Amino acid sequence: MLEYYLQLLVNGLVVGSIYSLVALGFVIIYKATKVVNFAQGELLMVGAYVCYALTVQAQVPFVAAFLLTLGFSVVLGLAVERLALRPLIGEAHISVIMVTIGLSSVLKSLVQLFWGTNIQVFPEVLPNTPVFIAGMPVSPVYIAAFALSFLLFAGFSLFFKYSRLGIAMRATAFDQQAAQSMGIGVKNIFALSWCIACVVSCVGGVILGNINGINAQLGYMGLKVFPAVILGGLDSLLGAAVGGLIIGVLENVCDGLAKDVLNLSGFKEVAAFVVLVVILMIRPYGLFGTHEIERV
Amino acid sequence: MRGKCGLFFSSYRAEAGLFPSAFQKTCLGLFLAALCACPLVLDTYHVSILNVILIAVIGAAGLNLLTGVCGQISLGHGAFVGVGAYASALATLSGWPFVLSLLAGGLAAAATGMVFGLPSLRLKGIYLAIATLAAQLILEYLFLHATALTGGSNGLALDAPQILGFSFNTDTRIFYLILAVAVAVVLGVANIIRTRPGRAFVAIRDHHLSAEIAGVNLFAGKLSAFGVSAFLAGVAGCLWAHYTMFINPEQFGITLSISYLAMIVIGGLGSVIGAIMGAVFITLLPELLNLASGGLAGLFPDMSASLNALREGVFGLTLILFLIFEPEGLAHRWRLIKAYWKLYPFAH
Repeated sequence: MLEYYLQLLVNGLVVGSIYSLVALGFVIIYKATKVVNFAQGELLMVGAYVCYALTVQAQVPFVAAFLLTLGFSVVLGLAVERLALRPLIGEAHISVIMVTIGLSSVLKSLVQLFWGTNIQVFPEVLPNTPVFIAGMPVSPVYIAAFALSFLLFAGFSLFFKYSRLGIAMRATAFDQQAAQSMGIGVKNIFALSWCIACVVSCVGGVILGNINGINAQLGYMGLKVFPAVILGGLDSLLGAAVGGLIIGVLENVCDGLAKDVLNLSGFKEVAAFVVLVVILMIRPYGLFGTHEIERV
Repeated sequence: MRGKCGLFFSSYRAEAGLFPSAFQKTCLGLFLAALCACPLVLDTYHVSILNVILIAVIGAAGLNLLTGVCGQISLGHGAFVGVGAYASALATLSGWPFVLSLLAGGLAAAATGMVFGLPSLRLKGIYLAIATLAAQLILEYLFLHATALTGGSNGLALDAPQILGFSFNTDTRIFYLILAVAVAVVLGVANIIRTRPGRAFVAIRDHHLSAEIAGVNLFAGKLSAFGVSAFLAGVAGCLWAHYTMFINPEQFGITLSISYLAMIVIGGLGSVIGAIMGAVFITLLPELLNLASGGLAGLFPDMSASLNALREGVFGLTLILFLIFEPEGLAHRWRLIKAYWKLYPFAH
């Protein structure tokens, strides 16, 4: 019994680390450009499918394919920002939300047109034999997923803290006009943040593809990002990491509990959103987000 | 936009009237008469498209009141339509007359909408959008898993609606029922917008603090916007349920919410005629695609397989193109066209 829940915990941590990656992309875009990206899940899906096409259909070795996918995601990020988002700078919330929703439809349909709707499986990259951690069997893919997410987070934290570009991005997030008057190209920062978001989502997609295989429903992962970012705080990188992990664990454990105690199936889909509503009622700025105060 | 040629108002009441000129009244009357005559000329398939369009008009007019006029983004409207559909279906199945179950559907949706609208006092903009997204997904889960009420994924089957023993069991018959409700809804929404509650909604949308200073009760305003809007969504849901005579959870997914939002964005936020145009446009889009793919089927034989994917792509692309090139929507373009012809041939 306890083992079952521990297994759920581990699963939750792995899924949570992917949520964190997607949430990281979301938060970077939101912080820099104040755009709520409803297409984050589809970016992940496109990354996964491109990597699949390279490794399986074009027979490129996995590492090369992974790097090529990263390159592709940079181009994708630039294209999306330039073509769809830049014309809408300064428009109302709803227009920007709707444009990202339109984008998600377009990406979804492209994936379906090219690769169909069936589940596709990645080739085995890591050995299949489980590793034992504290007596629990854990698949090496899970460990790799967790480690890779952690590395990315550490890397981006350092990038935002110490690099010139990272500081410029934080300045833009804080005050666009002031940043512009200090000689920061705000539009370039917008483009850069879309690039980074695309890259981290693609990494998430590739990891997910290695764990479960990929299908055209992968985009729904993007919706799970909302509980994670709201819990963590919409504009906090640390919040995205913690929020993603918590939501991943919570949803798996709640699902297990609902199955055991209440005999409810499929509670996984909705558990995170129940938590979301509760957080919005109690603490809408999340664990680490900025608490905006309005004065008249 | 007042001050058309030859129109001089001598009272505020006349200026705020729904139809400022006799010409407008005549035009609308003729349009309605033409609509009524449609089933006489069109075949059943086209009448069924008209029915779907009219139901969409009801839902879009409601959402436009909330999102376009009051500025509260709702990603949960598909689920509110679903609540109306299920509530009215249950009412009809337990033997209520149709008119009562129409009301029941509307009121159930309104109550749900107001519950999920409660956070709107504290949450603004994207936070509210995300809260209503949660509402959508939670309600969808309930539709699927509260099997005792909703029949789960098997859905519910219904009979055609009956009023006073008259059964609306063909497309043509139910067309007149839906048309009557749609006309009432559109006139009602237009009236709300031009009177005090509507102007309060606009004030809330434009600047909530100023609105409160001007004496608008923010909480009551937002909540009643949610209520009225969800009520209309519920009415649309009830008509949909009784028109298709079968409902299941898949029909009320997030795709429906998104297509309603697309209707009002493409039509024009905050304008009644915009909601109508958007509903027509978004409902006709897949039909046009079907026509086009029928024509191209000879050239690309495997086209029909990817038609679903193509439909979604075209929907997304249209949405993006409209937002970039026509951000004010079809209603704005319509005004420009009218203005052009008003001055023709002396336009400068």
